[in-house]
Amino acid sequence: MMENNIDEMVRKLLDGDRRMLARTITLVENGRKGHRNVMRQVYPHTGKAMIVGITGAGGAGKSTLTDILIAKFRKMGKTVGVVLVDPSSPFTGGAMLGDRIRMKKHAQDKGVYIRSIASRGTMGGLSRATYDIIRIIEAFGVDIIIVETLGTGQDEIDIVHFAHTCLVVFTPGMGDDIQAMKAGILEIADLIIMNKADLEGAETFIRHLKGAVTAADIPEGAWVPKVLPSICVSDKPANIKGQDEIIEAIYEHFAFLHKSKSLDAIKFQRLELELGLILNSELQNLIFKGLKGTGLKKKYINAILGGENDPYSVVREILDTYVLHRKDA
Amino acid sequence: MENDKKIKVVITKVGLDGHDRGAKIVVSLLKEAGMEVVYLGMFNQVEDIVQAVVDEDADVLGLSYLSGEQLIFTPKIVEEMKKNELDDVLLIVGGTIPVEDIPLLEEMGVERVFRAGSLSSEFVEYIEKNIKK
Repeated sequence: MMENNIDEMVRKLLDGDRRMLARTITLVENGRKGHRNVMRQVYPHTGKAMIVGITGAGGAGKSTLTDILIAKFRKMGKTVGVVLVDPSSPFTGGAMLGDRIRMKKHAQDKGVYIRSIASRGTMGGLSRATYDIIRIIEAFGVDIIIVETLGTGQDEIDIVHFAHTCLVVFTPGMGDDIQAMKAGILEIADLIIMNKADLEGAETFIRHLKGAVTAADIPEGAWVPKVLPSICVSDKPANIKGQDEIIEAIYEHFAFLHKSKSLDAIKFQRLELELGLILNSELQNLIFKGLKGTGLKKKYINAILGGENDPYSVVREILDTYVLHRKDA
Repeated sequence: MENDKKIKVVITKVGLDGHDRGAKIVVSLLKEAGMEVVYLGMFNQVEDIVQAVVDEDADVLGLSYLSGEQLIFTPKIVEEMKKNELDDVLLIVGGTIPVEDIPLLEEMGVERVFRAGSLSSEFVEYIEKNIKK
């Protein structure tokens, strides 16, 4: 795509053109020509939305909960963007994106934009492009962005680093108090949701989770994770409950972030992380681009294969040759 | 950041046809072929399907039929796609489709019909060769 088309694209996106939003996301997701330009232009228009992360094991009810939360936010007059992340197959690179199926009732709502994306080989449930996609939806202009992702706390590219409020969804029968005490849950969850709370074992597990929160060494003045029951599916609509309390807690947590000035700290940490990620990929691109056609990459890899060299020394040599040298020059 | 474009496909049933085993198998096969497939499930309305294609910026829309509603719903999908200027989306139909319906569907604007018994290699190759974006 030509550069002036990119300008036009971003202008339309900022004007609220939904189709252009979809196209811009594809361009950035695939790292196609012009994506850096897009992000440069989009960036000043970001930072306004409240970002809610929802994570947990497959089948815990994340999508169904998301569906209800969208409806509640809409009733409050908020516009909502939703990013649904499903895993890519590590073998074929393909993915089945099956979360949208739970959100049919918002299909015709112009105040809701839903996008399904594949994790594309990243561990932490979020692809590197997800950050950019969230920013693009922010620039398009929504009040709230819900990011739903599988798996939690596995590496640095995770929703916990990007969301203002992070919900971790559990169901009864997912373990005992030992599971609740393990590292990774309390560290990332602002709200711990006990979904399917009408199933057997829910009360015990809620007690375990609450016990784990109490026992955790939470610094004074820091947010104490809330444990909230939720029932999203029932034959009787009256039995569906818990979601109003979840919304309330999301706002309570958001207000806490504002009051405690943690919001600024989070923004700083997030930018530090984002900067590192962008540097990583750009630097790698730059170096591989520089090596292209020289035959050096092949030579290096063969030397490692042949046992004459190792990856660490090779990287050192490349950096010394191309990066540090350039700085000295 | 990845630089290879993945093919994005939306697969869905239309109307009241409640048989989606075939559609699910096709979803799996496309996934195995390295595509990213959004599955919309059953009982979907025409407008909802086309909106999903717009929002997901899909390259391909695949409609699955078993109960014989293909001649009723397909033209509505085509019309709604035109309304949304989705002329760069490849529209394919699959399922239990009578042979005599194939030319009718193609006349409506379906680019290719894959009947039950089609090999996955056939439709994977067709999609890879014919996407318009």
